[in-house]
Amino acid sequence: MAEMDTSSKDTGKKGPGVKKGKKMSTRVDLTPMVDLGFLLITFFMFTTTMSQPTSMNLKMPDDNKDTKEQNVKQSGALTIWLGAKDRLYYYEGELKPDLSNVQVSNYKDIRKVILEKKAAVANPDDVFMIVMPGNQSTYKNIIDILDEFSIDVVERYALVNKVDTAYSADIDKMDAIADQAGQ
Amino acid sequence: MGRAKVKRKSTNVDMTAMCDVAFLLLTFFILTTKFKPDEKIPITTPSSVASKIAPEKNFILISLDKNGHAFLNSDMVPVKEQALDLINQEQNLGLTPGEIHKLAIMPVIGTSFNNLKAYSQLPNEQLNDKLPGIPIQDTANNQLKVWMKAFVSVQQGLGADDPQKKMAIILKGDNVAKFPEFKNVIAALTENSILEFQMVTNPEGVPSGTELWKKAQAEGATVTPVNG
Repeated sequence: MAEMDTSSKDTGKKGPGVKKGKKMSTRVDLTPMVDLGFLLITFFMFTTTMSQPTSMNLKMPDDNKDTKEQNVKQSGALTIWLGAKDRLYYYEGELKPDLSNVQVSNYKDIRKVILEKKAAVANPDDVFMIVMPGNQSTYKNIIDILDEFSIDVVERYALVNKVDTAYSADIDKMDAIADQAGQ
Repeated sequence: MGRAKVKRKSTNVDMTAMCDVAFLLLTFFILTTKFKPDEKIPITTPSSVASKIAPEKNFILISLDKNGHAFLNSDMVPVKEQALDLINQEQNLGLTPGEIHKLAIMPVIGTSFNNLKAYSQLPNEQLNDKLPGIPIQDTANNQLKVWMKAFVSVQQGLGADDPQKKMAIILKGDNVAKFPEFKNVIAALTENSILEFQMVTNPEGVPSGTELWKKAQAEGATVTPVNG
């Protein structure tokens, strides 16, 4: 207990010359101590186990096996290029040689594009997204777009993990155009 | 008629017991908290809505830092040791068993085969992002491929049909790491028939109103909506 029993030992000699010491309370108020304790507990409870990293699964197709070319209907295909400076370019169906059907977008607006595509395709199984990262795109860009697919519940998508000079040149071309437009 | 006098009680509450409990809890939390392991290679991971917790056991971690340097680590020291042994024989590195053990217990492996011998002498303080990393830039000399091959054959040697013992490949990339390096890391994995791997991300709330959010709502899961 926080107080000491001092009352019983009061029988000391009290001569005329002995000054009576002022009796102080020995009781300690522990309230601030409890406050502090609980404050620290709250702190520890909030700071622990908050930064548990999560992980995203990614399955790649087997390059070594002769996998059958997946049947992708042109009408359901949406190809997304990841350009420099967090820019996105997309086109539906087949790419025109002069890149005239490629449109510019960004990570905020692409959700609308994906949802529109999903809504426009009659058979939901035909929706197929192809991601082609450019040489200037970053790891974050790839995670962001894959994350976008899981947010929009896109079941079928493919990440192209081989840089083909042809398409990376196209992405660079689009980047140059977008850079000029920005200036 | 005199009313019975209610004895006045002291309003002073004894806080000692409360204090004891508070500090007991505090001690418990302090002692059970695991500190975040000291990360040698600083990496800021992107965030995603993925909610699966990254594996903490039996993993092989491939880190890709902001300069595009690759580093390798695993919590399985014996497996690492065997893999190092294999590579030592294959590449004629002339590492002694002592050096192999030293490399296996190091927190990261981040240099080319030729420098492994010198690298094993490095103190832990010097293992940081200043290291050259495992060469992956050159497709012809993608040494990560050799590492993964060694890990796969060690795994097969152990006969790990037990799914519990299956190693998880974790990729941890930095936000600003460029795609060409990331592509070479993926190539190192896929060419060794490792087709499934996990990418570490920071957890993020599912934006409200999106399809995934609706799906989760329909399933009755508790999702914390986040704006944007």
